[in-house]
Amino acid sequence: MAVYETVIGLEIHVELDTKSKIFCSCSTKFGAEPNKNTCPVCIGLPGVMPVLNEEVVKLAVKAGSALNCKINLINKTDRKNYFYPDLPKAYQISQFDLPICSGGFIDLDIEDRARKIGITRIHIEEDAGKLIHLEDSEYTLIDYNRGGVPLIEIVTEPDMRSADEAVAFLKKLRAILIYSGISDCKMEQGSMRCDVNISVREYGSQELNTKVEIKNMNSLKEVHKAILKEENRQMQFYHYGEGHKVVQETRRWDASKGRTVTMRSKEDAHDYRYFPEPDLPPVIIASETAEAIKNTLPELPDAKRKRMIEKYRLTEQEVDILIEEKYVADFYEETVQLSNEPKEASNWIITEVLRVLKTEKEIPLTTRQLSDLILEIKKGTISRTAGKEVFEALITSEASVEKIIAAKGFQQISAKDEIEAIVDQVLSSNPQAIEDFASGKTQSFGFLMGQCMKASKGKGNPGVVKEILEQKLRR
Amino acid sequence: MDVSALSIKDIQLGLQQKKFSDVELVKGYLDRIRKYDKDIQSFITLCEETALEKAGEVDRRIANGEELGFMAGVPVALKDNMCTNGIKTTCASKMLSDFVPPYDAGIVEKLRQGDAVILGKLNMDEFAMGSSNENSAFFKTKNPWDLERVPGGSSGGSAAAASAGFAPITYGSDTGGSIRMPASFCGLVGVKPTYGTVSRYGLIAFGSSLDQIGTFGRRTEDAAYALEAIQGFDPKDSTSLQKGYATDYATSMKSGIKGLKIGIPREFFQEGLHPEVKDSVLKAVSLLERQGALVEEFSLPITDSGLSAYYIISSAEASSNLGRYDGVRYGYRTTEFSSYEELVIKSRTEGFGDEVKRRIMLGTYVLSSGYYEAYYKKAMLFRQKVKKLYQSAFEKYDTVISPTVPVLPFKLGEKTADPLAMYLADTYTVNVNIAGIPAISVPSGFSQTGLPIGIQLMGNYRSEETLFKFAYSLEQELALDLVPKIGEVK
Repeated sequence: MAVYETVIGLEIHVELDTKSKIFCSCSTKFGAEPNKNTCPVCIGLPGVMPVLNEEVVKLAVKAGSALNCKINLINKTDRKNYFYPDLPKAYQISQFDLPICSGGFIDLDIEDRARKIGITRIHIEEDAGKLIHLEDSEYTLIDYNRGGVPLIEIVTEPDMRSADEAVAFLKKLRAILIYSGISDCKMEQGSMRCDVNISVREYGSQELNTKVEIKNMNSLKEVHKAILKEENRQMQFYHYGEGHKVVQETRRWDASKGRTVTMRSKEDAHDYRYFPEPDLPPVIIASETAEAIKNTLPELPDAKRKRMIEKYRLTEQEVDILIEEKYVADFYEETVQLSNEPKEASNWIITEVLRVLKTEKEIPLTTRQLSDLILEIKKGTISRTAGKEVFEALITSEASVEKIIAAKGFQQISAKDEIEAIVDQVLSSNPQAIEDFASGKTQSFGFLMGQCMKASKGKGNPGVVKEILEQKLRR
Repeated sequence: MDVSALSIKDIQLGLQQKKFSDVELVKGYLDRIRKYDKDIQSFITLCEETALEKAGEVDRRIANGEELGFMAGVPVALKDNMCTNGIKTTCASKMLSDFVPPYDAGIVEKLRQGDAVILGKLNMDEFAMGSSNENSAFFKTKNPWDLERVPGGSSGGSAAAASAGFAPITYGSDTGGSIRMPASFCGLVGVKPTYGTVSRYGLIAFGSSLDQIGTFGRRTEDAAYALEAIQGFDPKDSTSLQKGYATDYATSMKSGIKGLKIGIPREFFQEGLHPEVKDSVLKAVSLLERQGALVEEFSLPITDSGLSAYYIISSAEASSNLGRYDGVRYGYRTTEFSSYEELVIKSRTEGFGDEVKRRIMLGTYVLSSGYYEAYYKKAMLFRQKVKKLYQSAFEKYDTVISPTVPVLPFKLGEKTADPLAMYLADTYTVNVNIAGIPAISVPSGFSQTGLPIGIQLMGNYRSEETLFKFAYSLEQELALDLVPKIGEVK
């Protein structure tokens, strides 16, 4: 039986994090009242002209630098012509044969296998508006707020071989773009969108078979599902000698049905009639400017990973979890700076902070609060168990760790005379346990320890309690 | 008051010396328009109320001794493809017959800042596509020199209005000759400046890489002054030129042309050229020679391919520029439709005239996959060649002179059945737009039947100053009477 492999290339649209749109000064803010963020330019009234937002060029160059691309110091815009009601000029200003960046890559590490995924090109373009289909309405409404929001389209080489690789690539790409401040990459809000080109071939073949493009996946999970579904669909065709039924087409992922459906065939594909945009001069970037932009790149995930493993002596797994989101990594490093407790900080963040983040949008406590908490435990002011309760309290309070500990009465008792009194009291009311211990039943030590902690209402410093209890029993 | 032959200078002096008020002046023009425009039909929209309001404001400010703008009180009228905030801007199309822009074009902003008085909006070929003004969706403008003849196009309304004395100067746009050609037909100075000299922001696009706004006047001084009022960098137009603008053309144009060199391109005087036009142009050249210019014949083999390249490039851009008129957001919308596709198809079929549809189809074809290389790409290569040929010509000559139009003003309906014959009228003018250089059409005389003839002065980039010198010298030498006897003809 033939063994098949999947060949995947991605086209990723990412909204750039600029204040204003790509060709006018309208705001790019998400969630405004419909058509509030529009002007004659972005709704394509007659005679208006685009003016390129320089910030867009900067961010695109930054993206290119972060993705190891060549920056094309002379590039140009082109018109991509097609009719659709969300596209007010009936053409999208994009880049065709001279994109702003070309030829980059991302290094992936999948199950300890190094993979280099090529990036064919990055180009800048404008986003379209949004159609709103109301239930039971015979017409469609249009919101042009998103029209003219700047995008970069990142096109990869067909270098991925599985759904896992594709998702790993997207995660890495997303981290890089967020780290560099290029985009917030929120798939659910549409600020990152991904089209998948996928084909299947016999393992070992170098040929590229007919590919299918899949659109409309709103999360990484759906990308993963859609690829599995589509590769299976194609493999079945090849397996049963029906390979000719794999036709070049665009398919839409139907998340509710969990399958891809035909959107348009090759015959229906648009002829975009690209030609150079006559309203904009070529984009010319001075090499010093490109260099300066490159130098503004912050530390990217790979470098951060390496540094954090060395500097904080954490495991690879721990670091991978910490750096997945930049703001978590930043939170970690700040906490370490304040507490000088890299291991403890990592433990608290991975077990507690990330748990809370499953339901919360932001980290609900400050690095100062977390580092104080870590230090108080270390000093023995409170027990680790009490620490967890303090953590819960910090989530809903802006009070200092010290105040919460005081308010809750969590201070540990470490003073020897106080503990001695408690131990004496416990021993005097448990003569049987003392006898058991003396006769070699060591487990009764645990029982007595528990009774002491209980008598101290949990505040006795376990180390001190243990020390004194041992002394007394041995006597 | 009789405004039929006033120059801008006459107006400025008159207002300054209080010979007349601006309200009187504007009323004079409005009277004249009311009286004669029913025959000539140059205005689509007349802004009587706002014009008189503005004139009143100018008078008050003059009385108060306030400082006024560059065009203080000067009445102007604009081709109806320049967006005017609050004033209908139709492009002479059913598609935009009710369109009122919520913004001013760059040129309109400059004119308002300069305290000009906007009289109204002028007829044109629909979306500036045509050479006779017969493609207007509303009515056909007549040539003031002969009401049975066309004023030329596409800025025919602007030319007819300036010629008829409905305004001392008017503004038009030129994509392939649309200012120079009607200027020639109506006995006017028509200026098509270097691409990028005047902001295109708010000029409803036809062929974006070719379109340029320019001026009409009976005198070089007026046309030049009108240009000075609107030229300059506009941050809203990324193709507008940042700096290097000449000023005070009126002074520099009077310094004479002694020692300047004229090139006569052989290919612009061959078959298809009307003998009376040829004679008139050559006579004009000899007059310039008499004033000290040096004349030389040379070869500039661009006329044949130029026309093809022009129709490919301009139609390609137009097919894209006109895509936005889909009946969805503004403009004409068909009454009955049951799907988006039907809405678009019917709105466009009903809203556009034949010539516009012809160009959209041509433009769509030359850009479509499989044909792009054969047409659009070839045209773009030719464009580079034209630029180079002109460049080398201007290394030798200060101006290159040709006829503006190969034929005399023709009769209404004479060429409407044959689009190709109509296109040939643009043979001498289109290459100027392809190269982006400036050119001026200047009256060189009249045919035996009394129809105006014009010559075209082409120059290097940013050489408007030099071209005005030639135009002014010729004008002085010829001293033609360029006021048509309207009202006296039947």
